[in-house]
Amino acid sequence: MHADPKGVLTGVHFIDGDHAACEGALAAGCRFVAGYPITPSTEIVERFAHRIPKVGGVFIQMEDELAASIAIQGAVWGGQKVMNVTSGPGLSLMMEHLGYAFITETPCVWIDVQRCGPSTGMPTGPAQHDMMQVKWGSHGDFQIIALCPNSPQECFDFTIRAFNMAETWRVPVFLMMDEVVGHMTERVDIPEASEIEVVERKWTKKKPGEYKVYETTPEDPVPEMVKAGDGYRIHVTGLTHNEKGYPDMTVPNQERMLGRLIGKITQNAHKLVDVREDGVEGADVVVVSYGITSRVAMAAVEQARAKGAKVGSARLVIAWPFPAERMKEIARTAKVFVVPEMNMGQMVQEVERAVAGAAKVVSVPHAGGSVHEVDTILNAIMEAAR
Amino acid sequence: MSDDQQRKGRGTVFVKEEVCKGCSYCIDFCPTHALEFAREFNAKGYHYPVLGRPDDCTGCDNCGLYCPDFAIYGARWKDIDEKKKAK
Amino acid sequence: MSLLMDQSAEELECGMDNPVLPFLRKDRIPHIWCPGCGIGTTVNSFCRALGDSGMDLDKIAIVSGIGCTGRTAGYLNLDSFHTTHGRAIPFATGLKLANPDLKVVVYSGDGDLTAIGGNHFMHAARRNMDIMVVCINNFTYGMTGGQVAPTTPLGPTQTTMPFGNFESSFNLPFLADACGAVYVARWTVYHVRQLAKAMKEGLQKKGFVFIEAMAPCPTLYSRRNRLGDGVDQVKYFKERSTIKNGVDTKDVGLTYQGDIVVGKFVDRDRPTWMDSMNDHFGKVLGDKYETYGAHHG
Repeated sequence: MHADPKGVLTGVHFIDGDHAACEGALAAGCRFVAGYPITPSTEIVERFAHRIPKVGGVFIQMEDELAASIAIQGAVWGGQKVMNVTSGPGLSLMMEHLGYAFITETPCVWIDVQRCGPSTGMPTGPAQHDMMQVKWGSHGDFQIIALCPNSPQECFDFTIRAFNMAETWRVPVFLMMDEVVGHMTERVDIPEASEIEVVERKWTKKKPGEYKVYETTPEDPVPEMVKAGDGYRIHVTGLTHNEKGYPDMTVPNQERMLGRLIGKITQNAHKLVDVREDGVEGADVVVVSYGITSRVAMAAVEQARAKGAKVGSARLVIAWPFPAERMKEIARTAKVFVVPEMNMGQMVQEVERAVAGAAKVVSVPHAGGSVHEVDTILNAIMEAAR
Repeated sequence: MSDDQQRKGRGTVFVKEEVCKGCSYCIDFCPTHALEFAREFNAKGYHYPVLGRPDDCTGCDNCGLYCPDFAIYGARWKDIDEKKKAK
Repeated sequence: MSLLMDQSAEELECGMDNPVLPFLRKDRIPHIWCPGCGIGTTVNSFCRALGDSGMDLDKIAIVSGIGCTGRTAGYLNLDSFHTTHGRAIPFATGLKLANPDLKVVVYSGDGDLTAIGGNHFMHAARRNMDIMVVCINNFTYGMTGGQVAPTTPLGPTQTTMPFGNFESSFNLPFLADACGAVYVARWTVYHVRQLAKAMKEGLQKKGFVFIEAMAPCPTLYSRRNRLGDGVDQVKYFKERSTIKNGVDTKDVGLTYQGDIVVGKFVDRDRPTWMDSMNDHFGKVLGDKYETYGAHHG
């Protein structure tokens, strides 16, 4: 279906990534946000608070991130599309509710505008420090989807995509922004509502009595949904549960439930991965990057090519699930992977794991606070190409 | 309870013996002290309540209000008869 | 599949059934609570309140946190949500605001609501969020084995206060009152009729409602402190309780096995969070603002 025109600010805008992400959420149908201020993500909820009264919905500033990250989930079961907006320290507080969203299959979008950690770190300094936290930070086994925009336009586009994926797969979907993408102002084109595809919640057509809250089929591992108040008398719990949603804490049921939940993503990873490639075929060196770093990396790739190096670029538009199969394929021809990141080396470990010794993998870490110097990545490429 | 059975008191209790955990709330807070523990116990090993003094039961359902396990409730004969008729 | 709560032959013959059953998930009984635990009795009272309120059960949702009382949601035949530890109130806040048609009830324990969830409790009361909070106060952490709680009075032994509790406890009605709750009552498991009536009033009241229900934890509080069994605690509630409706909440603090003040302490009106939002935006934004939740009943 198409976006509700009420939330779509059609036109050409000159706005930053935070504002663009908010517009993306409104276009995608998000009508409830429970927020808590944290630099450098606050502008997203500020804009939402300003826009939502005229669109029709609710913004509430909660007392902390713990409250924000579970209030949104209550709102999902009340029938709304929601997002959760934060940065590093707030994200740490929200981790328990990431697991709750996963086990209860509560569709929701999480925006993390990354800043330098650990702890309070550098609140206004950009980083890509949370790439592993979103993948592994909540206890227990779980899966998420993570998109990495590198421009305000993508903050808009990918937020809509994140909402659509959340509804399709019923897992938490992350928008992994960073301070630079969040605060960088560029042109953002917002199309007509009729040009924006929006995935509606997977509402059941079954009647109360026929419906089971977590019933699935072998063909479709994603259950249908209802909302509270519609007469279905559902039960939702963070305990290991059966198809009826009732606690069923037995070893076989734990295996059955978790197997399906994890399998939703792992068995469909090939449909989800998104690697944007440039000159990878025939390249000796392939630069793997994501988020704002991919723009710096592209400048370095172009300069290296001018110097005669055979360099390709593989940009992770979706970091999780990680495109391990594609990396393996690239490793058949490429000799070296160069992985610049605004952290001390996180996704590079995934590249190493996927490549499994078939090619050399070089990390180009950056502690954060600014983006890489182009020369730093260029030097790494030229060194690798020698 | 068949009609020809001799009725005592103004009401009676219905007990789900197997759900009872033997807490004795119903026995201790019965306003007419009509209930007592059964000599027998259920599958879980709990003694459940029985109407030891049926003459004294008023069917007030105080036992039903107190029961933490939804294992007992009381009813007045006149209400039971109405239900029976309605059936 | 036959269930323990199915009608007996005797009940079938008379056309009788336990009056609380329509409000319970029959297929989940027996519940997990210990013999003599008072939580079940409060649920029994809540079932009566649901029936007496005459409200549409499809439009009532129940939200619990973690702990023994946290299991309540799973036994009630309503839309029910068993959330994370301490976060029932913010979940309920989201649920209510997303679907204003619902009456949302938070049903949880003293540790869940006032220790780990204390911050949310204060703020939901301050905002006058339109939810009803039932706090089953058994003075201890039951599910984890009897640790000290913010409600444990001075004196009794708990596993993490092995030499007796030396920490001051909360006076919960005073806390709720000070934070702005519009309805504040305390009853005990002895006061089943009054508790059911308070819950019915709470269901029908708009705004942040707080009902404290004192309940025995025989396994981890009473027996550990040689106070007897569950029923002995309920007898203590009976003997030492005085009903004082409208009394100043600062005077209703509890002491170890001391006198208990019960009653309806606060019943007042002030605008809920959503009413305030709608009123304010209506004034400031005029015609540009469409009242939120207006299409709801």
